[in-house]
Amino acid sequence: MTDNKTTPVDEGRRRFLTASAAMAGVAVAPGVVLYEIAHGKPADEPASHAVRWGMLIDTNQCQEGCDECVKACGEENGFGHGTRETDSQWIRKVELRDMRTGRTKSLPVMCQHCAEPPCVDVCPTGASFKRPDGIVLVDRHICIGCRYCMMACPYKARSFVHERITDQNPDVPRGIGCVESCTMCVHRVDRDQQPACVEACARAGHGAILFGNLNDPNSEIAKRIAQYSTMELRADLKLNLGVRYQGF
Amino acid sequence: MSGAAKLGRRAAGIWAALAALLLATLGAFAAASGERAGTAAGRTPKPVLVIEKGERCVEDTAYMRRNHMKLLLHHRDDTVHKGIRTEKHSLQNCINCHASSKNNSVLGSDENFCQSCHTYAAVKLDCWDCHSSKPKQQAATAAAAVAKAPVSAGGKQ
Ligand code: SF4
Repeated sequence: MTDNKTTPVDEGRRRFLTASAAMAGVAVAPGVVLYEIAHGKPADEPASHAVRWGMLIDTNQCQEGCDECVKACGEENGFGHGTRETDSQWIRKVELRDMRTGRTKSLPVMCQHCAEPPCVDVCPTGASFKRPDGIVLVDRHICIGCRYCMMACPYKARSFVHERITDQNPDVPRGIGCVESCTMCVHRVDRDQQPACVEACARAGHGAILFGNLNDPNSEIAKRIAQYSTMELRADLKLNLGVRYQGF
Repeated sequence: MSGAAKLGRRAAGIWAALAALLLATLGAFAAASGERAGTAAGRTPKPVLVIEKGERCVEDTAYMRRNHMKLLLHHRDDTVHKGIRTEKHSLQNCINCHASSKNNSVLGSDENFCQSCHTYAAVKLDCWDCHSSKPKQQAATAAAAVAKAPVSAGGKQ
């Protein structure tokens, strides 16, 4: 162990120092620090509780028959376009119809990034977890593929990888025997980019998905939520979702 | 236990020790002659480390040999759980430098960087069940994708 530059003791000490430094930062100038973190983060800084990433879907802008977001998601994260029963679906277009009036709506549904995620509650290994900034993920290094989370998720948001996968996007490791779901394109968000579906929807000219920091009152998404009536799917479950819908 | 049985047991023990010693000597001799037979076509294939890029690794070579797995593990947890995406100790950074110019991968044959050592040491590599063994296509394709994608009016605030 003599040639080890970082011993476990050193790492513990470093973690403690980093934590104290972060707290000092918040204590000295809370307003400034929070505001800065809300605009993305440098690569070497951990995700922070000051941010809660969320999406607002304007169902009036979302077009029936358009599946640009679904295609973009598959392309970005490296899976097919729902051609086989066993293909992963991180996002799907759902058609709703009011039985009495016949009025229809079409909207994308993905992992809702619950603040109180049932998938995390039931995971026996700790593979399902919520990042400090509210993004719910599966750590594939820990996932044993039991699929308990898939049963617990009220939104049918998770998929199981049945087949061997090759040629993954290096930013999005995926493999056989693990559960996976929408990551809000966490690899892009950490680099200050928007999720692929959001970009694709804007490119298609609909702009139906707005992505941003729900915790920052100055963000576009927080302003829209403050101004308009929005809803959560199955709000009765009180999971406090990161994805909200507008215009039902 | 009778005296004779005890004796017999001790004798057996001595023989076992002698046999082990003999085997060890033979083994050492075999290894030495194997080396003398020439490294090119030795009986034990040695790992072939073709360093494709860069003057030196992110840490000293000796340190990397011993500790690359610890660095990767530490970085792995930091990335997945905290979202820390620095390049220095990332698996992608390893691949970018060490992918072979022949097949653009760190795997594929016993001449490829990761596979050569791991085959030699008989350490199973299951990183690649999920991770890509090839460098990310940067430059051209990434630039094209960015050019195609104007940021939405709302923008991320
Ligand atoms: S929507 Fe489902 S998968 Fe996503 S956080 Fe909630 S319970 Fe988990």
